[in-house]
Amino acid sequence: MTVNPTPPVPVVMDSQSHQHSVNQKGAALSVRNLNAYYNNTTLAVGGVNLDFDPNTITALIGPSGCGKSTLIRTFNRMHETARNARAEGEVLLDGENIYGPNADPVRIRRRIGMVFQKPNPFPSMSIYNNVIAGLKLNSGTGRHINYDEVVETSLRSAALWDEVKNKLKAPGNSLSGGQMQRLCIARALAVEPEILLLDEPCSALDPIATLKIEELLQQLTDKYTLIMVTHNMQQAARCSEKTAFMLADEKRIGHLVEYSLTSEIFTRPKDKRTEDYISGRFG
Amino acid sequence: MAQSTLSLDRQALLNAEKSRYSARQVANQFVAGLLLALTVISVLLLVSIVLVVATQGLSTIFPTVDGHITFNTDYFTKTGVPGGSTERGGVLNGIVGTLEMLLLGAVIAVPIGLGTAIYLSEYGTGRLANVVRFIIDLLAGLPSVLVGLFILLTLINSHIINNSGLAGALGLAIIIIPIVASSVESILQLVPNELREAGYALGMPQWRVVLQIVIPTVLPGVITGVILALARAAGETAPLLLTTAGSQLFLNFDLTKPMTALTLQIYEYATSPYDEQHGLAWANALLLISIIAMISAAVRYITRREQYDS
Repeated sequence: MTVNPTPPVPVVMDSQSHQHSVNQKGAALSVRNLNAYYNNTTLAVGGVNLDFDPNTITALIGPSGCGKSTLIRTFNRMHETARNARAEGEVLLDGENIYGPNADPVRIRRRIGMVFQKPNPFPSMSIYNNVIAGLKLNSGTGRHINYDEVVETSLRSAALWDEVKNKLKAPGNSLSGGQMQRLCIARALAVEPEILLLDEPCSALDPIATLKIEELLQQLTDKYTLIMVTHNMQQAARCSEKTAFMLADEKRIGHLVEYSLTSEIFTRPKDKRTEDYISGRFG
Repeated sequence: MAQSTLSLDRQALLNAEKSRYSARQVANQFVAGLLLALTVISVLLLVSIVLVVATQGLSTIFPTVDGHITFNTDYFTKTGVPGGSTERGGVLNGIVGTLEMLLLGAVIAVPIGLGTAIYLSEYGTGRLANVVRFIIDLLAGLPSVLVGLFILLTLINSHIINNSGLAGALGLAIIIIPIVASSVESILQLVPNELREAGYALGMPQWRVVLQIVIPTVLPGVITGVILALARAAGETAPLLLTTAGSQLFLNFDLTKPMTALTLQIYEYATSPYDEQHGLAWANALLLISIIAMISAAVRYITRREQYDS
């Protein structure tokens, strides 16, 4: 794991009213007997049980088509936004089942943020408005928010402030790929989630931009729980504290094969299939 | 040995290819030339129509009197006069009628068309949406005289509404709805799904994702789609002919009374035996083209500038 030379960016607190709390902690997430389906009946991921520790980075690795992206998308109920897709089982956010009968997917997604593979800032909005999009466009909050402050805090947390502070009015998609991805992270942080899901956040980026994002993710563990899908085993080894290895069986149903400390997985894997994968024998 | 047989075969293939090469080149050039000729025909047709409309129309609006180019204010400020009259007539009542009926038609049709487009693109799933799509395509391809026929034989003949500007506006609305619905839907489909997902991932409810992310992202395209539908409706004659056909002689602002329109005047004046009225028909054609072109240009300019808010 990389040791980060720079200390976490201090969060400037000007106002008591603002919600970014220094003491904010990430939540724990537990997955129980989770099955994810496409087309109502096609099982894509089956029987997953996992416990994610708060304030750490957990990596989900596995070859293409093993269901890691599908799995992470069930953690904030994004999976079901695809047509005829559904999930069953339990995902417990600090003990509360997000698939419970009274759970509201919209509220859950405010508590569990997500960053996607392809940077996707809103092209119709400025950098400034991209950051506050989640706050501004959420209906029914009614509270008074100091947007300027949220923008600065979020962009600082995403290590992007110094690069964009003089062009906050520029379109959100006028930045470089790495900057756009950090803007997307800032946008996700602005709604103050407890958990941040990252679906291959660096796969569209060059190595330097990747390094910056990885450093940033390390800093974010102070306040958030991070779960990251990656097809890059080095990235999992560099960044994560724990690693889950997934594999699709002969029916193309993804299963969890092994889950333990990253240092264990990469040095003493218990499962033969894990060993074959990390040693590059397939995938 | 196998190696040399293989290369012999290859050589034979290459030779055969060589003899075909020149024939293929000729065919290629023939097809390219043919396509170019067809393109030239279509462009020539369009250009000649616009040129004739422009020269004929301009000579009515800016007639040459005693070697000087003058401006014919009567065209814009007067209503029609009986054919053969010594007075110069105008088309003010047609301009008023077209604008009023188009405006009312748009007020009725644009919300319905937009709503349908948004529903189909963002909410519609499965068979029902496909049925709706099919009906809309059918409606968009409907000969416009059928729209006029429908309103005349159902609504007007049963005295639900009069032969009036209102009936004409209704006809235009029926023309506008399917065009807006299908063109805007296809534009909304261009919005990458990643943007919708980004919105959902921030905890936005679907209606906000639609209204504040999907639509703003393609707003210029949506507006262009609406404008094109309005432009199409502005040029419609048949639905108005059967529903509103008003007098060329009187100015009427009242939508509940018969009205005339620029296109109706073109029809009426073009079929009259008087040269002066032919001139008015040309001038109307030019006016319609100009209005449509100016609106499109203005909309493009505005939407380009306001694409990024802050």
